Amino acid sequence: MDMGGINPAILIASLMVASVPIILAALGELVVEKAGVLNLGVEGMMIMGAICGFATAVATQNPYLGFLGGAAGAACLSLVFAVLTQVFLANQVATGLALTLFGLGLSSLIGQSYVGIKPPLTGTVPLGPLAEIPFLGPILFDHDWMVYVSIIACGAVWAVLKYTRMGLVLRAVGESHDAAHALGYKVVRIRVLAILFGGALAGLGGAYISLVRVPQWTDGITAGAGWIALAIVVFASWKPWRILLGAYLFGGITVLQLNLQAAGARIPVEYLSMSPYLITILVLVIMSSGKGKAALNAPAALGQNFHASR
Amino acid sequence: MTGTPTTTAPRPELLAVQGVTKAYPGVVANSDVSFSIAEGEVHALLGENGAGKSTLVKMIYGLVKPDSGQMRFRGQPYQPSEPKAARASGVAMVFQHFSLFEALSVAENVALGMENPPPMRELSGRIKSVSEAYGLPLDPGRMVGDLSAGERQRVEIIRCLLQNPKLLIMDEPTSVLTPQEVDILFTTLRKLASEGTAILYISHKLEEIRALCDEATILRRGKVVATCTPRDRSAREMAELMVGATLTPPARAALPKGDTALEVTGLSVNSPIPFGMSLKDVNFRVARGEVLGIAGVAGNGQDELLLALSGELRTEPGAVKINGKPMGATGPNARRAAGLVAAPEERLGHAAAPDMTLVENALLSGVVRKSLVKNGFIDWAATGRFAAEIVKDFDVRTPGTHVAARALSGGNLQKFVVGRELSQTPSVIVINQPTWGVDAAAAASIRQAILDRAAEGAAVVVISQDLDELLEIADMFAALNTGRLTKPRPVEGLTIDEIGLMMGGAHGMEVAHVGH
Repeated sequence: MDMGGINPAILIASLMVASVPIILAALGELVVEKAGVLNLGVEGMMIMGAICGFATAVATQNPYLGFLGGAAGAACLSLVFAVLTQVFLANQVATGLALTLFGLGLSSLIGQSYVGIKPPLTGTVPLGPLAEIPFLGPILFDHDWMVYVSIIACGAVWAVLKYTRMGLVLRAVGESHDAAHALGYKVVRIRVLAILFGGALAGLGGAYISLVRVPQWTDGITAGAGWIALAIVVFASWKPWRILLGAYLFGGITVLQLNLQAAGARIPVEYLSMSPYLITILVLVIMSSGKGKAALNAPAALGQNFHASR
Repeated sequence: MTGTPTTTAPRPELLAVQGVTKAYPGVVANSDVSFSIAEGEVHALLGENGAGKSTLVKMIYGLVKPDSGQMRFRGQPYQPSEPKAARASGVAMVFQHFSLFEALSVAENVALGMENPPPMRELSGRIKSVSEAYGLPLDPGRMVGDLSAGERQRVEIIRCLLQNPKLLIMDEPTSVLTPQEVDILFTTLRKLASEGTAILYISHKLEEIRALCDEATILRRGKVVATCTPRDRSAREMAELMVGATLTPPARAALPKGDTALEVTGLSVNSPIPFGMSLKDVNFRVARGEVLGIAGVAGNGQDELLLALSGELRTEPGAVKINGKPMGATGPNARRAAGLVAAPEERLGHAAAPDMTLVENALLSGVVRKSLVKNGFIDWAATGRFAAEIVKDFDVRTPGTHVAARALSGGNLQKFVVGRELSQTPSVIVINQPTWGVDAAAAASIRQAILDRAAEGAAVVVISQDLDELLEIADMFAALNTGRLTKPRPVEGLTIDEIGLMMGGAHGMEVAHVGH
């Protein structure tokens, strides 16, 4: 089954693992953007999740509490963003960028004493004989539980946005905050909650990097995953299932690039690391050449601050 | 100015407003306002823009809290803290600027305005049946962004009706409708009133109020100045109560027509606006001294036509000819140099940069024709004089020319942006909605200024949704309907029915008369 020294089953299995942080962060950002808020601080929130999760897991020797700690830490950071943009009406783009820089610095400060420590292991979900199935077994049934959580989260976000009243109100707020306000919905409250949810998911993604993917703490451990997550939200044109697709595609490229290096292929690695962004730009061009904003499916009030005048 | 007794046949009182006052920093929106509505009554709230009508209904709907005063609803003290509470009490509202979500479906929009909406499938069925019962057919699955203005309003009305309101508030509902659509709306409203629903109807269109309403409360500068029975008063009497002064219609001299100054042939262009309307084969010509009035329900290509004429949208060179020269492929500055000035509908953000001062805004459009830049440097002295001249000539009420455009009230900013274009000695003038949101006295002076420019030999295109305005100032009349322009006809001899048909009649309203 080898193709030039690369085993496809292992490649697919490892791309599923590689894309978990991106899926989680991108799903969180999708919910935030569906509520009409553009939070460019995903990278900062992820790395805060990575260090907070790592620290909690090391302190409690429990990886599950570690993930919770990561989500809580990143949600706290996103609360800063929420207060600045929703209460003090700061510019969302500038605040989001500042949040990333702040998160990178703060995580590095907190992480100083954690360099070189091993976190507790996150085990695989025991699915018994299923994992023994040739080819499909290692791809589908031999993962840690966060891989399954990320896929279930995708379905849950999709169902909530499409079928529940909560999802409808969230989309309405992102579509036109003035109309939502006129109907009596609490625009600021809904947006703050969405931002917190986005922060928590980004934190989970970050914790997955430091607890499972790597697993150790080094400065700048997320290495741009937050930016890829932001790109994927646009690539997916704000649709949850397409986030899964996009994340697997981009996660696949990351894994492929490592495998190709190992296999001694002659493509420079830099081309592959550029490709997610190039593809995003291409997708954007193709989508916007369609029927304008409607085809883009972008929330109409994205990035606009809301202030209830009168 | 004395009130007549409110009800002849005693009907139970539904809503009583007593001594309500609401002040914003710098302006008292409502001062000691009192009136009452009986069950099944159609009550008009009449007043100029800025008279405080919208603030008053927002208090009734719970969007704004009064500073003082009481309200009673069905005999109980009524103090809605938010729209949810108002809806729970049985108050529903159709907004002036639609409170709809374009990217959501009709059913989703309706669900958002309800407290406990049933599951989507059941809701869709109810939307269908209620909308047909009231002669306002709607497809629950369609995207609101794809609907016409009349259909969008139906969505709002249906949203209200599904909650069986006791009081339905309508804020300027007819400003976006064709005359036929207005008739259908009135049929629906009368049917509702006969079923016992009270309607609070806000408008400044007096003939409509005379046709529909039982009682009227007239507001001026936040105070109740009169109550009357509209059927017993003439429109002119009510207008004078509303304005507090006698009105003089603009005067015009009959003029010989000059050469063709603006010629548009086969203009087709795709809309750059999301959910916009593309123009399809638009043809017309305007002579010097002539005013062409273009009517149409909002969203039928008005914005696109203005963009194509001003040069913001480029077309085939021959599609737009200014003084005989093909200018279709040139931008706004080249067209200004050739003599065409344009004033778009959207004041803040399109006609004026909100955070720039009036002087800077005067520069932005006046730079070409007023030669305000010398050797690459701005002549601020001349620009300041130009801005001061506009403020003086058009009676723009502002503390000075160095305030930001955003700080002016809508009507004053409108006077400024229209004045800025008219002051550039243009040979072709294109204006979209010249008097939108401007009070009657200022509107009269803007119309007079437009007629004066025409008398001086300018060709004028006025795009407006206000039919009365067009009939008052235009020589020729045409209507935009789904991006096509009807053949211009002389205004003299046109009937309101013909105009309605030119505007596209009633869209998809064949079933509309069932409910009668």
